[in-house]
Amino acid sequence: MSSLLIKNGRVMDPASCRDGVADVLIVDGRVAAVGANLEKPTGLDGAFTVHDATGQIVAPGFIDMHVHLREPGQEHAESIESGGRAAAAGGFTSVCCMPNTLPVNDNATVTSYIIERARHHSPVRVFPIGAITKGSAGEELASIGAMKRAGIVAISDDGRPVMNSRVMRRAMELAAGWNLPVIDHCEDLNLSAGGDMHEGLTSVRRGLRGIPSASEDVMVARDILLAEVTGARYHVAHISTTNAVRMVAYARAKGLKVSCEVTPHHFALAEEDAEPYDSNYKMRPPLRGRRDLGTVMDGLADGTIEVIATDHAPHAGSDKMQEFERCPFGITGLETAIGLSMDLLVHPGRIDLMKLIALFTTGPARVLGLEHGRLAPNAPGDVTIFNPDLDWTYDVNKTLSKSKNSPFHGRAFRGGPVATIVGGAAVWTRT
Amino acid sequence: MRGGLLGIEEMSRENIQAILDRARDFQQHAGEPVKNFDILRGKMVVNLFFESSTRTRTSFEIAAKRLGADAVSITASGSSVSKGESLVDTLNTLGAMRPNAIVMRHAASGAPHFLSRYLPTPIINAGDGTHEHPTQALLDARTILDHRPTLEGLRVAIIGDIAHSRVARSNMYLLSKFGARVVLCGPPTLLPRELGSLTPGVTLTYDMREAIAGADVIMMLRVQLERQHETPFPPNEYFPFYGLRLDHTTLAKPGALVMHPGPINRGRELSSEVADSRQSVILNQVENGVAVRMAVLEKVLNEA
Repeated sequence: MSSLLIKNGRVMDPASCRDGVADVLIVDGRVAAVGANLEKPTGLDGAFTVHDATGQIVAPGFIDMHVHLREPGQEHAESIESGGRAAAAGGFTSVCCMPNTLPVNDNATVTSYIIERARHHSPVRVFPIGAITKGSAGEELASIGAMKRAGIVAISDDGRPVMNSRVMRRAMELAAGWNLPVIDHCEDLNLSAGGDMHEGLTSVRRGLRGIPSASEDVMVARDILLAEVTGARYHVAHISTTNAVRMVAYARAKGLKVSCEVTPHHFALAEEDAEPYDSNYKMRPPLRGRRDLGTVMDGLADGTIEVIATDHAPHAGSDKMQEFERCPFGITGLETAIGLSMDLLVHPGRIDLMKLIALFTTGPARVLGLEHGRLAPNAPGDVTIFNPDLDWTYDVNKTLSKSKNSPFHGRAFRGGPVATIVGGAAVWTRT
Repeated sequence: MRGGLLGIEEMSRENIQAILDRARDFQQHAGEPVKNFDILRGKMVVNLFFESSTRTRTSFEIAAKRLGADAVSITASGSSVSKGESLVDTLNTLGAMRPNAIVMRHAASGAPHFLSRYLPTPIINAGDGTHEHPTQALLDARTILDHRPTLEGLRVAIIGDIAHSRVARSNMYLLSKFGARVVLCGPPTLLPRELGSLTPGVTLTYDMREAIAGADVIMMLRVQLERQHETPFPPNEYFPFYGLRLDHTTLAKPGALVMHPGPINRGRELSSEVADSRQSVILNQVENGVAVRMAVLEKVLNEA
């Protein structure tokens, strides 16, 4: 039995509304006590470590419910190990990996493989998300029940949304029965076909084909209507448009089990901020307009958006070093999420620290039905320790990810993680 | 960016004027029996065309040779590109042979801009996707100025598939910098509203007669079927609504110029009568292409 005592930090736990200097004792992987002046319990054998967190914030372990670990199949871009290390360096103790691997995670064998690899190689917890349809081809339903038994926490055809509304309806009905949330990458592929960036003045100026906001909006609308019919738990991945945020607010006001997440880059950057023809600014959904940024930040403040997730999408350098319209979509995000959230949301006063922590902990935990994301006796011993005033600069050349496709290289941040603790063991500390 | 010429958008009016003035010098020599200079003797220009092109490639090649430079032309088919080499690797390979400039045409918007961040060799953009075609705008301006004293205050109608036209974008930037008024006209699906805010002095209309009324210059654009990826306008309705016929030209100012970047599709964008009419300066455009590209090559290679 090993144990860890985190001393003198400012413990902030949205689940229990605790906010004050306290100690956290983790014994044998689980929280044993949270309180003032905790000591090494008597009668405890095994290793005992004390971690001094004076001046730092001690929060429940952060959960990133949207990452791409590229394993199996594209280990040159990322692996469960390297992605897990990058997650730890970003302050995350848990990640949910999307099923668009090679092969697609559409059956229990692949699910079990990912879980097994993560157990041996990842410093953080990995919760797989299963595909909705076989091969994410949008036609035949995947082995959802067997994957649920094997350990998936949600289903999604991320990146290749189910265009057939009837198939989506059946998937939602099944998922409701299995009590699994359905996560959709909302994009009408006919409306967005061939698009490389947000459709607007900048795309017209650069001569690039546009991805209209409407391509996201019509899918969010469809899905909300289907969620109402089926009673499914439905979650919008990486929401980016004004209309989509408003529709989610409408659905929630109506009492539907609808939630959504936003990525840091969708509140940090607008379309015109993108360096011309630089593939590190190419992602789906694309960076949107200033007005959309405002709506997304309002949605975070008013509770419409309850999750921040990175959509960490590593790509090998050779894939990204191409003509803009030929290179793949997606950027890395694990290591910059806290810094961007502090700079764009907390320091300007849009949300407070407790709210920020909730967006990374109770928010995703509630959507996924996880017991993680809280700091109370018997909860998993996962802790994110961060310093809200830490000055640091992101150097993508020092990333723990295998890929370097980030638009935030060289950006200075105030606020960042200093230690990541999973099951009572420090898996990363800032050096 | 290391020299080169990527687009009109980022060029100053003074630099544009200097090229137009210098092109006039070269124009005057085009009629001489010996047309060659040795201004660029010993310099090497690579013409790298990833998209088929007859006039632009030939024009650049003749321009380089008239200046005494050596010119090599490469087309993408049959090159290492078809063997799967990446664009960066191809350009690095060519760059290693130390040309003084690379003239490049590519189907991807921004391809030369992307490369210029990694390559020491100056790049001259000979058309990138649906973005810019700077030397076309320069030769169009040279052609207008052969017939009019100034661009200031001119009314220029640009008609056709604006959405997919790099010629339209480059011309809008250039004409706007010189105080001309631009009227864009085309089917609604090929005329994004955002174009109206791209540069000052631009208006949009879907009505061809309105666009031509009072125009000093009528620029017709090619229908870019290869870039449309869909059918945004019923093909059989194109000529009736957006094709230029002789009777249209009476709506314009007397003696208005009719231009087209080529290659022309007779009976699709304009009638044969218009193409061959006295008002058509389409062949002057082609002729001026050489003089303008000589001026561009001289500027870029002397800066390098």
